[in-house]
Amino acid sequence: MKKNLFKPLVMGALLVGTLSVEAHRAWVVPQETQLAGEGRWVAFDAAVSNDIFVANHAAGRFDDLVVLKPDGNTGKIDNLHKGKNRTVFDVELDKEGTYKIFVASTGLRAMWEEDGKRRMYPGRGEQYTAEGFAENVPAKADKLSVIQASRRMETFVTLGATTDGTLKPTGEGLEMVPVTHPNDLYAGEKATFRFLIDGKPAKGAELTAIREGTRYRNSQDEITAVADKKGDVSISWNGAGRYFVEVEYQDDKARKPATERRGTYITVLEVLPD
Amino acid sequence: MKFYKTGLMMAVLATCAQVNAADLKVSVEIPELEVAEYHKPYVAVWIEDSSNKVVSNLAVWYDVDMRNGGGEKWLKDMRQWWRRAGRAMEMPVDGVSGATYGPGSYDMEFTAGKAPLSELQPGKYRLRVEAAREVGGRELINVPFNWPQNNPVTFKKQGSSELGTIELTIKP
Repeated sequence: MKKNLFKPLVMGALLVGTLSVEAHRAWVVPQETQLAGEGRWVAFDAAVSNDIFVANHAAGRFDDLVVLKPDGNTGKIDNLHKGKNRTVFDVELDKEGTYKIFVASTGLRAMWEEDGKRRMYPGRGEQYTAEGFAENVPAKADKLSVIQASRRMETFVTLGATTDGTLKPTGEGLEMVPVTHPNDLYAGEKATFRFLIDGKPAKGAELTAIREGTRYRNSQDEITAVADKKGDVSISWNGAGRYFVEVEYQDDKARKPATERRGTYITVLEVLPD
Repeated sequence: MKFYKTGLMMAVLATCAQVNAADLKVSVEIPELEVAEYHKPYVAVWIEDSSNKVVSNLAVWYDVDMRNGGGEKWLKDMRQWWRRAGRAMEMPVDGVSGATYGPGSYDMEFTAGKAPLSELQPGKYRLRVEAAREVGGRELINVPFNWPQNNPVTFKKQGSSELGTIELTIKP
């Protein structure tokens, strides 16, 4: 296997960190997404919890979040504090434009059986590396299945006018390319997003969007949509609010030795009243 | 026949415009509110064309005098204005931005062909007035109009919460 296939290994931590809590939703929520003036700060809440956006399950691991600034430089996660059920942090917006706060990872996951016992790589709390994979995963084994998995979680905030520099795809894993800018969403307007898997249209990717405040209504009222052949998904919002958006993609066009390719994409978007 | 008539009127209009420039008057009422904590609202007044493009910013009233541009922090609460115009503007703007006002009616007059109406070509437009108040609400009022007009005309819209009567008077 070529080593450079899965370059962003530095960010691999979250893959493992959150895969173990895959049953739960993980989210990073900005307090505000559109800001005016100069030198603003945005406070963020992050947690692993199925209740949108009520932090009542686990604080999660968000140390690997990256702040991408409008000028392409990397910013800073400030004042990170991990509570029992919630992580909080701040980001300073010292330049005008759109910031992306994200964590992304790609890697291989293997499962097999040895002497009737289930084995997996990476193991719980373990980080994927090409070396580790080569060392631990046998070339042939009972019920061996190798998955090429990617995961990306991100959210966006803008100081002043929106910009597009931070929205460019990397060509790795499942990614969103906004057709409608993620900080330009309004309740009465349709929004369109394009999803790519390893840089190609993620046809068939399944999107679920849930507006905040599920605690105060009796149903999730989720919006579901499937990406068309261009990878495009159009959404008509269920009113203003912050939305938890999760997209899942799966196919068999994996890089060897994987036989299955999976991508998970998570974002939190704020939709304003018209 | 009809065509001829319209053509003639257009010609007359064009002549008039040269002699006597058309003007546009906007009256914005800020209502008196029975609330425990009152802050004067931020108000933006602007004109958009039929494709939602801002062709003119008429007024932006906000806390211009706060230290270090601190009053700019809440400009984004006038959400539609912020989106359409504000976020791409460098505040304050001469002749457009000004301090906030308390309850009352405020008249503004503008002349065709002169700033801020210099970009106003004949066509369909809407005047938009948006108000946002700290610890209060937000209201956006749209007044559609055609520019220019053959006869003096006044369009009137009534706000229901943060804005009172909005009047737009156009004189040929």
